[in-house]
Amino acid sequence: MKRFLATLAVLATTTMPAFAQDPVPGGTLITTLNNTPRHLNPAVQSGIVTGAPGAQLFATPLRYDENWEPQPYLADSWEWSDDGLSMTLNLVEDAVFHDGEPIKSSDVAFSVRVIQENHPFKTMFAPVTEVETPDEHTAILRLSQPHPALLLAMSSQLMPIIPEHVYGDGQDPKSHPRNSEDVVGSGPFKFVEFTADQHVILERFDDFFIDGRPYLDRIVYRIIKDASARTIGLENGELHLSTFENTVRNIRRMEENADLVVTDDGYAAIGALNWLAFNTGADGPTADPKVRQAIAYAIDRNFILNAIMLGVSQPANTGIHPGSPLYDDTTETYDLDLDRANALLDEAGYPRGDDGTRFALTIDYGNATTKPQAEFTKASLAKVGIDVTVNSFVDFPTWAAKISNHDFDMTWDTVFNWGDPVIGVHRTYDSENIKEGVIWSNTQQYANPRVDELMELAGQETDPEKRRELYAEFQQILAEDLPVYWTNTLPYHTAHSTKVMNAPRGIWASSAPYDRVWLDE
Amino acid sequence: MAIAVTIAQRILYAALLLVAVLILNFSMINLAPGDVADTIAASMGGADAELMAEIRAEYGLDQPFLVQLGRYVLRVLSFDLGQSYFYNRPVVDLILERLPATLLLVVASQVLALVVGVLLGVFSARNPNGLLSHVVTLFALFGYAAPVFWTGILLLIAFSLKIPLFPVAGMVDVTVEGGWFARALDVAHHLFLPMITLASIFVALYSRLCRASMLEVLGSDYVRTARAKGLTPREVTLKHALKNALPPVVTLAGLQFSAVVSGAVLVETVFSWPGLGQLALTSILARDTPTILGILFFSALVVVVGNLLTDLALRAIDPRVRGK
Repeated sequence: MKRFLATLAVLATTTMPAFAQDPVPGGTLITTLNNTPRHLNPAVQSGIVTGAPGAQLFATPLRYDENWEPQPYLADSWEWSDDGLSMTLNLVEDAVFHDGEPIKSSDVAFSVRVIQENHPFKTMFAPVTEVETPDEHTAILRLSQPHPALLLAMSSQLMPIIPEHVYGDGQDPKSHPRNSEDVVGSGPFKFVEFTADQHVILERFDDFFIDGRPYLDRIVYRIIKDASARTIGLENGELHLSTFENTVRNIRRMEENADLVVTDDGYAAIGALNWLAFNTGADGPTADPKVRQAIAYAIDRNFILNAIMLGVSQPANTGIHPGSPLYDDTTETYDLDLDRANALLDEAGYPRGDDGTRFALTIDYGNATTKPQAEFTKASLAKVGIDVTVNSFVDFPTWAAKISNHDFDMTWDTVFNWGDPVIGVHRTYDSENIKEGVIWSNTQQYANPRVDELMELAGQETDPEKRRELYAEFQQILAEDLPVYWTNTLPYHTAHSTKVMNAPRGIWASSAPYDRVWLDE
Repeated sequence: MAIAVTIAQRILYAALLLVAVLILNFSMINLAPGDVADTIAASMGGADAELMAEIRAEYGLDQPFLVQLGRYVLRVLSFDLGQSYFYNRPVVDLILERLPATLLLVVASQVLALVVGVLLGVFSARNPNGLLSHVVTLFALFGYAAPVFWTGILLLIAFSLKIPLFPVAGMVDVTVEGGWFARALDVAHHLFLPMITLASIFVALYSRLCRASMLEVLGSDYVRTARAKGLTPREVTLKHALKNALPPVVTLAGLQFSAVVSGAVLVETVFSWPGLGQLALTSILARDTPTILGILFFSALVVVVGNLLTDLALRAIDPRVRGK
């Protein structure tokens, strides 16, 4: 009964606002961040804890709806040139920064330059050679090659428009004091206070360029690192909204609460995948694709989905998130098949020894939450004669140093797509991105010329259908070579009080502007 | 005069100890694999090799170990704890900013633990085989044995969720308006559950020790004499027994200082209490070496000073120590 009521509540809030109430302006939204942001400027810092307040403080040229369609935001229209080598942005006319200065095309050019030089995602704007500013409201981005990922890179937290008159003072933008104090942005909410490990407070920007928005007066982000404490806060009504919740038991509990809406909508572009990565460049057995396939056949993905993730995450079979329009759902899925696993291992030249084992491998895991997966892997592989030693997780830097220096056999990991494959997928499989000491580069040391070629082509293909085909072939080959065995999406969920209307969905979850959010109290 | 010399001697030892701690801490942290460049790259979702090299050069992490160590020690000797990599601010500012919150939590919980512990100890010593005495012992033991974070979450479920009396996290409610009194009340409201949680570990310790100490004293000759003089049980307990049973408890409370600090780290994390414990956890996870070292150095300083004060407190309540 309780669950039925919860479902009803979900249905009611997801379907009603479309035809029912008008937004009520005012109110303070109390939400939470699960960690302290280093600072609040997404132009030089990626990550979801900077992205959430960052998307409120800074407007971007475009925004995306929940169907992956670009929508006008700071740019009210945009055109590609016929050759796909330039993009013209027409900015809204009366937009101003929080200090009253007008937002000009020169600020767009400045922002692109700062992001190009300082943001960790170098592929986002790599093809941009120049930004021309023929007048104050027109910015033309010139490209060295067609770059279909550009539209996504201009949305949400990836391309915040930052004021040149503040950040253009010659100080290093990465450590600029105005990244966390007296922040002047271009978005729907302006900065009030940021106290590390405590809170970020924002308030309505009255001169926001979209009339009547935002609806909320204030947003308070309380920084609460403990997942149980956040859950209790949502349950007792102290918090209105929490995003990126991924503790499966807490999610299950909140789903049974009729005062809360719990959904996994809104994380398609973040695209967090759990996977078992292999060191394909090692001298050992994991260099052999047959061994990797055998390991995948020996691990029961359904056990991970149902017993470890309690059914709250989705299966993921390729390097592209299943919520992406580019996801190919026809690849090999490696359903549990011990006979096949044994046969493959025999074929690969690893017969069982006298004690029944074939060889030994080590497994690491990149965060404490994937410990059950690592232990399950050990148990699963024992059945096909692979002796696995689980290296217990100490902390992130220890793990990262090991993996990035290719000192491992297998590791459980969580990696983000960040919207377009060019931004967050290529890095894992690009043979030019095998870089010692850099975590989340191609630490698998995987190299396949055809895969490199497909990424090169798909990265420049402007016809969406052709692009989809190229990425389909890319996913098929990867599923065959299996440098990584993808299992599931991270169970990111948004939980919010039924009072919160237009809670963040879309594709960027809380890293999207909250100008439409309102409270029904 | 003799006291002044003793104190001066103690201070000199303490200073030498602190320099040793400094060198040891620095060496140990450098033994751990991975550095701030990894975590900065990770918090950004990945980075390229040039950026990593840039970060390492910026923080001097590309220098040989001895050079880094030398620079650090020299810097600390000139009273500069350096700049935090993660928060991008001077470590001293960070520590001083977080100190009041931790002090509040630690002092409040220790006062509570001592008062409750001593009361329980005295109570159960007066009737050592009573049912209530056993219940108290069991309950106190439970507090000691249960992991702090578990106790914390249990209290949260009970008194934040089921009976919503207390807020779930933080130290202040930013929406509270009003003068200093309203604010102080708000902080006290937030403090209650973390204080109980941290105190729960120590109640058992103090009550058991106080009980044992009381039992010993109650059996001694002078107490028997006092009783024979016709003093009331209350007078015997408070004036004669308790006064002499207390020194071991105070000594223990002083020695527990490091345990209190490590307990505070866990409590602060569960309740999002913005103190040094949270700062320590964030910096360790971020490999923010200057901040970790700063906190360790500072904690060492506090432990040394704490022991010194315990010493002096003992002198004050126990005349026998003064002679030595």
